[in-house]
Amino acid sequence: MVERQLPERQLPERLSPLEPVYHPGSHGNFEHGVDVILSETRPGSILQLAAWPGEEKRLMSGIYKVTGLALPDAAGGGVVNGAKAAFGFAPGKFTVVDEAEGLASAFTGVITPAIGTITDLSHGRTAIRIAGPKAEWVMAKFFAVDFALPAFPLGAGRSTNHHDVFAQIQRTGGDQFDIYVFRSFARSFWKALCHASEEVGYEVH
Amino acid sequence: MLINCPYCGPRDVIEFTYQGDGNRKRPQPASQDLDAWNAYVYDRLNPAGDHNEIWQHSGGCRAHLRVVRNTVTHEILSTAFARGGHKSAGHKAGGNQ
Ligand SMILES: [Zn+2]
Repeated sequence: MVERQLPERQLPERLSPLEPVYHPGSHGNFEHGVDVILSETRPGSILQLAAWPGEEKRLMSGIYKVTGLALPDAAGGGVVNGAKAAFGFAPGKFTVVDEAEGLASAFTGVITPAIGTITDLSHGRTAIRIAGPKAEWVMAKFFAVDFALPAFPLGAGRSTNHHDVFAQIQRTGGDQFDIYVFRSFARSFWKALCHASEEVGYEVH
Repeated sequence: MLINCPYCGPRDVIEFTYQGDGNRKRPQPASQDLDAWNAYVYDRLNPAGDHNEIWQHSGGCRAHLRVVRNTVTHEILSTAFARGGHKSAGHKAGGNQ
């Protein structure tokens, strides 16, 4: 089978869809303390990797080969290691993120067409981070998912949605979550997240 | 109503889309058996009780599921991947259960 080569191309500079509504500083009820910190993480690479049925293990070892991330063999399992992160979001499907650009080309030749597919969503998703002692509280207002640490362990991923805004969520810290939303919905979602964080006091970094 | 997705664990019904009666048997596309097509399109058991159904976890992992639901009580008696054979890596049930 002929391997696909992603064409070399100069990517345009990325502009944040949040830019007009992104206001660094303290907001809401912060006089009694800031209980969540909101930020856009702007990873250089956001990929979706999907294995054909029966090829899941080969795909997962391909992810390990390229990123050094060893995914646990469990539904929604994931791992975070510094600049890189990966998690399962559906049967045989994984999101892989890197602070650096160009991760898709690192996978070509490793994830062959016989194993599965690579979809580069780096320009199609916006990554929003919520951190702090009230992160679980604010997240629980948006999503009907159990955010308690025993039910949603560190590194794990969840697919869910908020009013038709599809969201992939990874726990990247004890009180920290990274939320991946469609770029075109990101500004609306961000504004809703800011409103929901007002009562606990929030800071935008 | 909670549906226990084999991948995602228990989720609210709003995340799911009903894909129809799971008892239907689709004739071969080339079939000219009109009775079989008629049965596929129109005949429903419509039980007051346990019912085989196909649901999609459209607001989550997007997998298609075989669900047995009681049409009187809305109790979900069982869920499984519609495609089956998903026992290997990344397909195992677990998640947030
Ligand atoms: Zn699911």
